[in-house]
Amino acid sequence: MTVLDERPAPPAEAPRRRPNRLLALLRNSWRQLTSMRTALVLLFLLAIAAIPGSVLPQRNVSPEKVNEYFTEHPDLAPRLDQIGGFDVFGSVWFSAIYLLLFTSLIGCITPRLRDHFRALRSKPPAAPKRLDRLPQHSVLTLPAGGVAAIAEVLRRRRWRVTVRGNEVSAEKGYLKETGNLIFHTSLLVVLVGVALGHWYGWSGNRLLVAGEDKSFCNTRQQYAEAKLGPRVDTGNLPGFCVTLDEFHARFLESGQPSSFNATVTVDEPGKSTRTADFSVNSPLRLDGANLYLLGHGYAPIIRYTDRYGRSQTSVEPFLTTGDMGLTSEGLAAFPDANLDPKTGKKDSNQQVAFTGLYLPTAPDAPPYVRSEYPTERNPLLNLVAYRGDLGLDAGIPGSVYQLDQRQVRMGKVKQVGDKVLKQGESWKLDDGSTVEFLGTRRYITLSVRHDPGSGVLLVSCGFLLAGLMGSLFGRRRRVFFRVTSGGSADPTGETPTAGSSLVEAGGLPRTDYPGFVDEFAQLVAAVSGDGRPDERAGTDRDGSDRAGMREGTD
Amino acid sequence: MSALSDQLVTFAILAYLVAMISHAVEFALGNGRVRAAAAPQRERELVGAGAGAPGGMIVKSAEPTPPVTPVADRAAGRARLAGLVAVVATAVAAVLHLVALVTRGLAADRMPWGNMYEFVLTVTFIGVAAWLVVLVKRPSLRKLGLFLTLVMVLLVATAELVLYVPVVPLVPALNSYWFVVHVSTIVFSSGIFLLGVVPAVAFLMRRGYEAGKRSFPYTLAKRLPAAAALERLTFVLHAFSFPIFTFAVIAGAIWAEAAWGRPWGWDPKETWAFISWVVYAGYLHARATPSVKRNVATWIAVLGFFTMLMNLFGVNIFFTGLHSYGGL
Ligand code: HEM
Repeated sequence: MTVLDERPAPPAEAPRRRPNRLLALLRNSWRQLTSMRTALVLLFLLAIAAIPGSVLPQRNVSPEKVNEYFTEHPDLAPRLDQIGGFDVFGSVWFSAIYLLLFTSLIGCITPRLRDHFRALRSKPPAAPKRLDRLPQHSVLTLPAGGVAAIAEVLRRRRWRVTVRGNEVSAEKGYLKETGNLIFHTSLLVVLVGVALGHWYGWSGNRLLVAGEDKSFCNTRQQYAEAKLGPRVDTGNLPGFCVTLDEFHARFLESGQPSSFNATVTVDEPGKSTRTADFSVNSPLRLDGANLYLLGHGYAPIIRYTDRYGRSQTSVEPFLTTGDMGLTSEGLAAFPDANLDPKTGKKDSNQQVAFTGLYLPTAPDAPPYVRSEYPTERNPLLNLVAYRGDLGLDAGIPGSVYQLDQRQVRMGKVKQVGDKVLKQGESWKLDDGSTVEFLGTRRYITLSVRHDPGSGVLLVSCGFLLAGLMGSLFGRRRRVFFRVTSGGSADPTGETPTAGSSLVEAGGLPRTDYPGFVDEFAQLVAAVSGDGRPDERAGTDRDGSDRAGMREGTD
Repeated sequence: MSALSDQLVTFAILAYLVAMISHAVEFALGNGRVRAAAAPQRERELVGAGAGAPGGMIVKSAEPTPPVTPVADRAAGRARLAGLVAVVATAVAAVLHLVALVTRGLAADRMPWGNMYEFVLTVTFIGVAAWLVVLVKRPSLRKLGLFLTLVMVLLVATAELVLYVPVVPLVPALNSYWFVVHVSTIVFSSGIFLLGVVPAVAFLMRRGYEAGKRSFPYTLAKRLPAAAALERLTFVLHAFSFPIFTFAVIAGAIWAEAAWGRPWGWDPKETWAFISWVVYAGYLHARATPSVKRNVATWIAVLGFFTMLMNLFGVNIFFTGLHSYGGL
C-alpha cells in the first residue's frame, strides 16, 4: 500500500493581477473535493445513505410492501415518501452523494493518470549520492561482465533498467499504480453501464399460457406491467414472437420444487423459427431481449355452452395463492354469452362468468380449499357461477383475473350457484346452459428484459477486479548499483579489472513491502553471481518485522 | 450422517472451549519474556494434517526460536505448555469442524452452504483455518488465539443452539454452479474478515495500552504482540480478503442476472453487501491516507465487520427479500 502523500497542491500562481476571490474559492473547493479525505467521507456517507434502503420497503423492489407500510404507518409514511424513503437509490440525496464521489474520483485520477503515463515513459531516476542511506544497502565485488552484466541480470528479472555510465538504476512494480488507476477508472465505467441500462433498458412481465393460440409477440401492449427507460422508443421493441410448447416442473415429495424447464418456439424477425429451452438460472437470450422464467401455474380449460347452444372456451391463467400446493384462483368470463342468434343482439345482463379455485391435488374429502401437492394428482375445480352485467363494457379497466366486485355489490351480477368439478365433468346451470372442466394447460410467468448496459458492466467489473489485485498486491521499488572503486565506466562491459572492483547497491521500496529485504538480498546474490553479497546485506534483516503472510506475488 | 455431523459440531465447540481456557491460562501465567514459537514444527504438522488450509499459502517460517533462558522460569514453562495445549486444541477443533462440514455436505448431497446454520459453520471454519496458517507463519502472534477461540465458541455455539436446521435440499433458484462460485467466495472472504477483526480489536486495545491507558479493556492487551505487528496483520488479512469479496459480489450479480433478470436490485442482502464493500473500501483508503490515524482506519475495519454480521444475521432475521432462504 502506497503511503501516498495527498496530492500536492499545484503551486499557486504568482498573483500578477488582483487575485480573483471567486476563482480562488472554486479552486480551493475543487482541491478539497478531490482530496483523499473527502473521498473517505463521501464513501462513508454512501454507506450510511444505503441503510434506509434496506430498512424501508422500496418501491421498485416490492411495491406491495410499500402500500402495506402506508396502511400501517399512515402518519409517517407520507413524510418518508416526500424525502424519497421508498425510493432511496433514486433519491436526490443518494444521487448527490455518489455523483459527488464520482466527481471527486475523476478529479483524483485525471492528474494521476497523466503523471503515471509520464512515469511510464521516463527512465528510472539517477541513483542518489549516498546509497548507504537507502533502506537496503550492500557492497559486492563487480561481477564479470561489469555494469552491462548487472543490467542484464536485472532485465531478465523484468526490471526497467537504465545504465548511466558506471551506474545502474532499475525500477519495478508500476503495476501497482496502473492497477489502481484501472480500478478507479473501472468504477466510473460501471456507473456508465448502470446509466446505459437505466436510459435505454426496458422490461416487462407477463403470463404466457401454453399453446399456439396463446403465443405472444413483443409489443408494449402485451405487458401487464412494463418499465421503459426514458430513451426507449416503444416502436422499436424487438419484434419476436414466443409460444410456450411445454413446461415441466419436478417436485420433491415434500412439495419443494427441484427443477423447472420451459420449451418454447421462438420466431425472431429475419431468422428461422426455432425451439428453445430455458429455466430458472438459464434465461432465453434473444436479439435485444432476454426471457426469464420467474414462476408457473395452471390455466384451467373451461368450456361454456350457453342456452342457445353456442360454445366458448376460456383458457385463462389462475394465479397461485402462494402456498406450496399451487392452489390457484381465477376467473373465466364469457361476456359474449347468450347472444340471441335470431336477433344477433347482445344482452349485457345475460353475460356469464365463473370464479374458480383450482386445486391440482385436492384432499380426499371437503373442504376443497387447499391443494396438497403442486402436480395434478387429483385435480378439482371449485366453480362459482355469476350471471349479469360483468361491467367489462363500461370501459373501466378491471383485472382479468378477478370479477369486478362493484358490479356484484350493485346487484348487477348475481351468483347463480357453485359446484366442484373433476376433470371432464360438466355442470348444468339453472338456465339450461352447461359448463365443462376439460383440463388444464400450464402457464409460466415471464420477465422480458433488455439491459444494454450489462455488457459494459461485465467487462468493467473484470477490469475492476484485475486492477484491484494489481493495486493491492503490486509493489513499487527501486534498486541502484554503482561501481565505486577501480571499475571502468566502459558501458560495453569490457571491464579488464572485473573481479577486483567493488559495486555498491542500494534498494528503496516505494510502498510498504516487508518482503523487499529478501528480494534485495536475492537480487544482490544474483548480480554478484558466485560472489557472496557483503554481510551488510543481511544485517538490517529483522524477522519479526516481516509480514505475517506474503501477500500475492510479483 | 447428519447426526454424526451434529455431534462433531458439539465436540468442536468443546475443543474450542479447551483451547480458549488454555489460552487464558497462558495469558494468566505468561510474562513478557515468554514469547513465540512453542514447537512451531508441531503446529505446522497439525495444519498440514487436517485443517485443509489452502496449501499454497503455507510458507516455511524462518522465524528463529527465541533463546530459552537457562534459568528456566517455571511459570514461563507452564505458560508455554498452556499455549501449546491451546494451539493443539484449536487444531483438533478445526479438524472436527471440517469433518462436521464434510459429513453435513455428504448428508445433504451438496455443498454445505444452503442455510444460515451451514453458512456460519463454514465461515467460522475458514476463519480458524486461516488462523492456523497465520500461526504457522507468525508464531509470535499466538496470544491472539484467546480472542479467536472466544469468537469461535460464541459463533459456533450460536449456530448450533439458535440457527440449527435439519438437512434439506436446495430450491431450484440455488441450483446452479453460480451457487458454488458465489457462495464459496462469500464464505471464504467472510471467514478471512472474521479472522481479520481479531487482530483489529487486539490492535486497538494494544495501542491504547502502549499509549499508557491502564483501564479495563486495555489491561488485557498487556501481553499481546506489539501494536505495529497487529496492525500489519489486520491490513494483510483485509487486503487479502477484499478482492475475494469483490469477486464474490460480482459473481452474485452475474448469477442474479441469470436467475432474476437483473444484476443488481437493491434487495436487502445486496444492499448490505454494498454497504460492507464500501466500508471496507473506506478502510483501505483510510489506511493509505497519511493524515488518517491508524486506529481510525482500524475502527473502520471493525465497523466493516459489523456490517458483515448485519448481513449474515440481521438481514435474514429482520428483512425478507429474494435471498430469504436463510432458514430461520
Ligand atoms: C468511487 C469510490 C471509490 C472507491 C470504491 C475506491 C476504492 C478504493 C480501494 C478499494 C482502494 C484500495 C486499493 C489499494 O489500496 O491499492 C483504493 C485506493 C486508492 N484510492 Fe480509491 N476509491 C474511490 C474513490 C477514490 C477517490 C475519489 C480518490 C481520490 C481522492 C481515490 C484515491 C485512491 C488512492 C490514491 C488509492 C491508492 C492507495 C494506495 O496507494 O494504496 N479513490 N480506492
